[in-house]
Amino acid sequence: MKEKSPLNLYKQLPQTNCGKCGEQTCMAFAAGLIARTRKVEECTPLVDEKKYAKKLDALKTIVAPEIRLVYVGTGEKQFKVGGEDVMYRHLMTFFNKPPFAYDVADNMDEAKLVERVKKISTWRKFYIGKWERIEMIAVRSVTGDPAKFASCVKKVQETTDYPLILCSFDPKVLKAGLEVAAKSRPLVYAANKDNWQEVAKLVHEFNVPVVLSAPFDLDALKSMATTFESMGISDLVLDIGTAPNGKKLQESLQNLLKLRRAALEEGQRDIAYPIIALPINAWFTTTDPVRAAYWESVLTATFVIRGAAILVKHSIEPHSVMPDMHLRFNIYTDPRTPVQVKPGLHTVGTVSKESPTFVTTNFALTYYTVESDIGSNNIAARIMSIGTDGIGVQASVAGGQLTPQKIVDSFKEAGFDFASEMAYPSIVLPGMAAKFSGELEDLFGGKVKVLVGPEDSGRIAGWMEQNWPPKK
Amino acid sequence: MADKIKLSDLNKTLADYGVEALQGVSIEGDIEIEIDAGAGGVGPLFAYYFGQEVAQIAVQLVKFARTMGYPVDALLAPAAVAQAVSPAPADVAAAAKAIPEWKVASSLAAAKFQVGTDSSWKFPIQEVTLGATKADGGSRGHALKIGGEKALPFFFDAAMPNKPLVTMDVFDTPIGMAKAVKMHYEDVINSPGEWAKKAVKQFGADMVTVHLISTDPLLKDTPAKEAAKTVEEVLQAVDVPICIGGSGNPDKDPDVLTAAAEVAQGERALIASANLNMDWERIGKACVDNGHVCLAWTQLEINSQKELNRKLMKVAGVPRESIVMDPTTAALAYGMDFAYTNMERIRLGALKGDEELTFPMSSGTTNAWGVRESWMVRSPNKEDSDWGDRMLRGPIWEILTGFSLAMAGVDIFMMMHPQAVAYLHEITQSLMGLIEAQTPDTANWIKMEV
Repeated sequence: MKEKSPLNLYKQLPQTNCGKCGEQTCMAFAAGLIARTRKVEECTPLVDEKKYAKKLDALKTIVAPEIRLVYVGTGEKQFKVGGEDVMYRHLMTFFNKPPFAYDVADNMDEAKLVERVKKISTWRKFYIGKWERIEMIAVRSVTGDPAKFASCVKKVQETTDYPLILCSFDPKVLKAGLEVAAKSRPLVYAANKDNWQEVAKLVHEFNVPVVLSAPFDLDALKSMATTFESMGISDLVLDIGTAPNGKKLQESLQNLLKLRRAALEEGQRDIAYPIIALPINAWFTTTDPVRAAYWESVLTATFVIRGAAILVKHSIEPHSVMPDMHLRFNIYTDPRTPVQVKPGLHTVGTVSKESPTFVTTNFALTYYTVESDIGSNNIAARIMSIGTDGIGVQASVAGGQLTPQKIVDSFKEAGFDFASEMAYPSIVLPGMAAKFSGELEDLFGGKVKVLVGPEDSGRIAGWMEQNWPPKK
Repeated sequence: MADKIKLSDLNKTLADYGVEALQGVSIEGDIEIEIDAGAGGVGPLFAYYFGQEVAQIAVQLVKFARTMGYPVDALLAPAAVAQAVSPAPADVAAAAKAIPEWKVASSLAAAKFQVGTDSSWKFPIQEVTLGATKADGGSRGHALKIGGEKALPFFFDAAMPNKPLVTMDVFDTPIGMAKAVKMHYEDVINSPGEWAKKAVKQFGADMVTVHLISTDPLLKDTPAKEAAKTVEEVLQAVDVPICIGGSGNPDKDPDVLTAAAEVAQGERALIASANLNMDWERIGKACVDNGHVCLAWTQLEINSQKELNRKLMKVAGVPRESIVMDPTTAALAYGMDFAYTNMERIRLGALKGDEELTFPMSSGTTNAWGVRESWMVRSPNKEDSDWGDRMLRGPIWEILTGFSLAMAGVDIFMMMHPQAVAYLHEITQSLMGLIEAQTPDTANWIKMEV
């Protein structure tokens, strides 16, 4: 959606302020459409009343994302690929986190295959209140044998409900895979200049999304996209070629940037499709698994940051998956939503007079990390979140948003009476704010003991064993 | 003929009666069933235009509508309906064959892809020289340049004129380090000169930063003059351009950095740093008086950065070619999104002509080691998947923190882990097209043996 003004969307709404969508006014609903927090279909009069049919069509056209939105998978495991509107995240946000598909191959022996699929589909990490996971599995036809491919796909589907990318350039192999898995809406990789007619027939027959592959040739890619669109096949993903090193790597990134600019800034609809990147190609450059995993991470960062919509990866070692997950998370964090928690006194567990009181900032990441470290260790505690404008401890100590006076004032504002609420009137400072401890004790008039906690809240459990309750 | 039937009416009626048999069929809009029964009824023409299936559906709808009380019979001659549902006469069958079926295209459409450059990027980033050779009044073996970009990093709009640089950290007193970092410096931890040499000779540092942290009143409170001796030691030990950092104490840093600027007079060192919460004017003037470059540090806030840059230029008199910005590095998983977007916005603003932002940028990439995921042995959350070997996990945290910000426009990186430095050099220079390498044939990656 190029449209930035709610007014132009408002023109296509009933303008009755009927309130059926839950908004007070049609204008508020229009603003919600711009922010993509509301969907056109949520305006029920527009959908139901035939007099609005033209407006409905016009509105749907306006709000369609600039880059085609392609669905892969079904049900709860359906993922959105593409559907982006902006070149740079601060202009709005990047909406759909690019799925990571980790590979398996049809020449793996069954036990190894099952083990790898399980490892991929059970990987998880807790971060800012949610579980981060891997989304997909890419099944590679290494043998070229349709029967082997089909049985591999079958085995994978028996092991997990994660959506698949079926990878082969041989239409016979793809067909064998689709016969097993088409119902779960896999992504087909890929049609290229040699097989495109056969693959087009398959994806038409099975009604599944398809990757068009024309490495390092944007003319050919545009030609294929135009041709497929003319055949009524529009759930397309583009493979621009992912060179893992040398000047070709520069070309790969530049081709990604060219397509993104054409789609998002120049409105070239005929190539406005999501793009697939293949960081797995790092494994062509070395036999050293650590080097390959590192380089795969670096390639992942290159393409995630500049807007690849789906990635095929290989290394499931933690030193590779963890940083890549966090990188993707950070880039796809919505810059429009506040990352602060409410300043003030919060509690974890059933707090008693014996419970400690921790001090931290109101930066959401810091707060939730402290909360989870306390909660997951079954500690009951108070957490005073100081209003530092959402800046973390280290930076706010340096920048003056966290000061001893502010800490004292926060407890005053909360009306917290240390003497009556705590058996050991005290606060636990973050280790990174240790230098405030003397001044704080003075400001509290010696009535509150100031303890210095660990520099990382992950060590609170250990710290409690050593330091709580405090010695009188 | 007062009551024309429209398909949308029928659909709605069907829905009202909970009829499911026709689910999946939706005929949008107000297509009127206008069938000229007199001219042959549902004949070949009808079948051709609407397809036999649609004709069948229409017939069903008509039947249903009739039971609902629509005056369909007045519209449709019974003969026409009978004709449509009875076995197709030869002419209908012939017409049905002519219905356009889905067909694969016979050839690929000709196409030429074209895209423009960003015409709003009109102003280059200021080029800044770091280090001065004898000819220029210093003692460095060579000088280095940063900045000068005319586009976002690695974009095709314009080539980057200068490589991103790494300045490796050297501390004037032993500090706590993550295990993966510490192992590389244990032998030099008490000797800033040896430390600097190791960083340059063994780890490929473009520059070194000597951090005078022992001056912090809460650490050793080393007097400024004495601390400045460490700067001399480092200048003797290596001949690369250097960066000089204080302890971060806003009250003492102006003293410390002024003394350091004086002993390094003429060297065009990067003085780190001036910020709004301290006597920035004094630091700015120390840079001007002694021929150095001033690092302007703000905290993730573009307007503060503009304010500080403006004040350094207008009040302290620092020339444009002697300012580098540090807009703050929040590390991967610890708010990197803020740092990234803040820097990208600064760079885009500069390219579009905001003269208060057209300066090269620096990143304190070492901050990555403050992130628990970079150094902790295992996850504090027992439900997490295994975190693996921290000795492998840590360096990549520093690589991705730095590299992400390189994509946003950072020109110089303060770093610690030797491998992180090597990877950052390699990826940034690869994306500039400077690294010659045999690129493997990736066409058949599907059959890759890994």
